[in-house]
Amino acid sequence: MADSALPTAPVPQLAQSVRDRSGVRRRLRYYGEKLGGSLVSLFAVILTSFFLFRIIPGDPVRTMTHGRPVTIEQQEQLRREFGLDKPLAEQFWSYLTGVLRLDFGDSFQFNRPVTDLIGERLWPTVLLVGTSVVISAALGLWLGVRGAWNHGSLSDRVNTGVALTLWSVPSFWLGLILIVIFASGAGWFPTSGMESTGVEGWERIPDVAHHMVLPLVTLVAVVYAQYLMIMRSSLLDEMGSDYIVTARAKGLRDIIVRRRHAVPNALLPTVTLIFVNLGFVVFGAVLVETIFSWPGLGQLFYSGLSVPDLPLVQGLFILFSAAVILMNLLADLLYPVLDPRVRP
Amino acid sequence: MSLLEVDDLTVTYRTAGGDVPAVRGVSFALEAGQKLGLAGESGCGKSTMALALLRLLPRTARYTGEIRFDGEDILTMSWGRLRAVRWAGASIVFQGAMHSLNAVQRIGAQIAEPIRLHSKATEAEIRRRTGELLEHVGLPARRADAYPHELSGGQRQRVMIAMALACDPKLIVADEPTTALDVMIQAQILTLIESLVAEQGISLLMISHDLSVLADTCDRLAVMYAGRIVEEGPAAAVFGDARHPYGRALAAAFPRIGDPASRRRPQGLAGDPPDPADLPSGCTFHPRCPARLDHCDKLDPRLWPAGDDARAACVHVLPDKGLSLVAKESA
Ligand SMILES: Nc1ncnc2c1ncn2[C@@H]1O[C@H](COP(=O)(O)OP(=O)(O)OP(=O)(O)O)[C@@H](O)[C@H]1O
Ligand SMILES: [Mg+2]
Repeated sequence: MADSALPTAPVPQLAQSVRDRSGVRRRLRYYGEKLGGSLVSLFAVILTSFFLFRIIPGDPVRTMTHGRPVTIEQQEQLRREFGLDKPLAEQFWSYLTGVLRLDFGDSFQFNRPVTDLIGERLWPTVLLVGTSVVISAALGLWLGVRGAWNHGSLSDRVNTGVALTLWSVPSFWLGLILIVIFASGAGWFPTSGMESTGVEGWERIPDVAHHMVLPLVTLVAVVYAQYLMIMRSSLLDEMGSDYIVTARAKGLRDIIVRRRHAVPNALLPTVTLIFVNLGFVVFGAVLVETIFSWPGLGQLFYSGLSVPDLPLVQGLFILFSAAVILMNLLADLLYPVLDPRVRP
Repeated sequence: MSLLEVDDLTVTYRTAGGDVPAVRGVSFALEAGQKLGLAGESGCGKSTMALALLRLLPRTARYTGEIRFDGEDILTMSWGRLRAVRWAGASIVFQGAMHSLNAVQRIGAQIAEPIRLHSKATEAEIRRRTGELLEHVGLPARRADAYPHELSGGQRQRVMIAMALACDPKLIVADEPTTALDVMIQAQILTLIESLVAEQGISLLMISHDLSVLADTCDRLAVMYAGRIVEEGPAAAVFGDARHPYGRALAAAFPRIGDPASRRRPQGLAGDPPDPADLPSGCTFHPRCPARLDHCDKLDPRLWPAGDDARAACVHVLPDKGLSLVAKESA
């Protein structure tokens, strides 16, 4: 056989095992670097948040007592209580040790620990914004796949046009329009809040869902175009590739070629987008939550900013940044699993 | 009956800038077990022709003519029948192995895919067959777990060949299987293809811009120019004694392997290949032809018999150099 004349050079077992071991070391280094980088970013955020909020204009004590008859002595008393009279270095040290214990101090405004406030508001936001990311990603990716596969068709042009129009609409404006038409107008949905008073037990689920419809529609409508556009252009690129011709030449049905070959490759660029958006989940949708009086972190942030409520804003700032850093880290760790070419 | 009979095939791309006639009336036949080489400069329509054989061109392409494979017309058969003929009847080794494999799938899975599709083999049988195929092309079976980027260019092309053999096809179309490989590897891959098709009695349609490579490998040669076959015959006759001036230029060219400039233009031939959307009148080769006659811009030559079992589309093979045809047309 002519094969025997060809150098096949199988790698000896010894060389193979050496390569495996150095591969493990390389992989550990990769993950170590990613993790270390995230920790450094997190520390930078904590540092920044401390100094950044010390230079925001406005005396918090004066703002808190605004319009109330308080004496200078009472104001001094409040300053002492919040530790604002101590030297900066001392303030920073107690702040840093606090943050590491997840203690962000007491809110000026609510007179309660910031950590408790965040704990109460976290789940409504995760519920609303998390659901919106899932729905908009699923909707956008699905429409993107369909659009690319029938690109140039009427339905593709209509879908892309509608998505781009909605993308350019400000979310608070769309939210207000929806409230005017479907809540105060038609009365189909509540105008604000997350649940009705006096609803107990399992009844709460449909009640919350009912309250969630309009803010959810608002959030999905302004965001899903991002997924659609990325998926559509990425899949269009893949469809022109040679391996797609190979797959068709094998005799596969078009739908299998699309599902098994084109879409998995085209999905890769959208993974990063999904994780970045997941990182912003806890940031909530400040405007949408405020307009719909959704009791989430976005609304909390808004009320903290308007005082300004230093410990609250600081705590939220750190939480939001930590979430983005964490999701970026997860994306970095997950991406090599999906794409063998970038595997360390 | 021949295994493959192509009869007056035309392929036209519809584009925004007008129609591009990439293949303009090609006819040839390929017998079972025979090896046919197709040569021509870049852009003359070789890949278009190859992909048309399995109706794999983009939706903008329009076909006319007939492609009879094993007695059935590819251009009119149903989608279901066509999918069954693809890969099981005829498979393709593509131009660039780098991009012809799916980057995020293991090569074993990609080789197994057509076997699973076209046969009723069990998973264990499919795995065994995949390993056998890899060893057949000179790769260790455990490389089935590798991803394409972990292989060298030559190894990837071996994977493509293993894949092409997977369903025991009657015909393999190899579209420039060695472009972008270095010289040593090119020779290995060519030897490999040659020995495998000979061993299994598979017909081969091998495409290249390099006539000398084809002359070594194939029984018959066809030379393509501007979407038509301009010369066709036994390998030795076409390579050693071409009757068409373009075939002679190609045979004399010996393009240096791996040199993109020689790929675009055979040495000693002035001018560029014509733009298919804007072809010269008469014989499309006449603006570059060293043996041009006065009436070559008026007479569109057909493949005329030119020696033993050979044909050429040039007035020089006619006894009166086509003058009687010109006279008949102008009358
Ligand atoms: N999808 C397409 N739409 C429009 N024109 C095309 C398309 N594909 C190819 N062509 C044109 O058809 C002609 C033939 O192209 P083809 O790829 O078949 O050439 P080729 O002989 O294989 O060249 P190469 O040696 O570079 O591979 C070229 O002029 C090319 O520009
Ligand atoms: Mg080509």
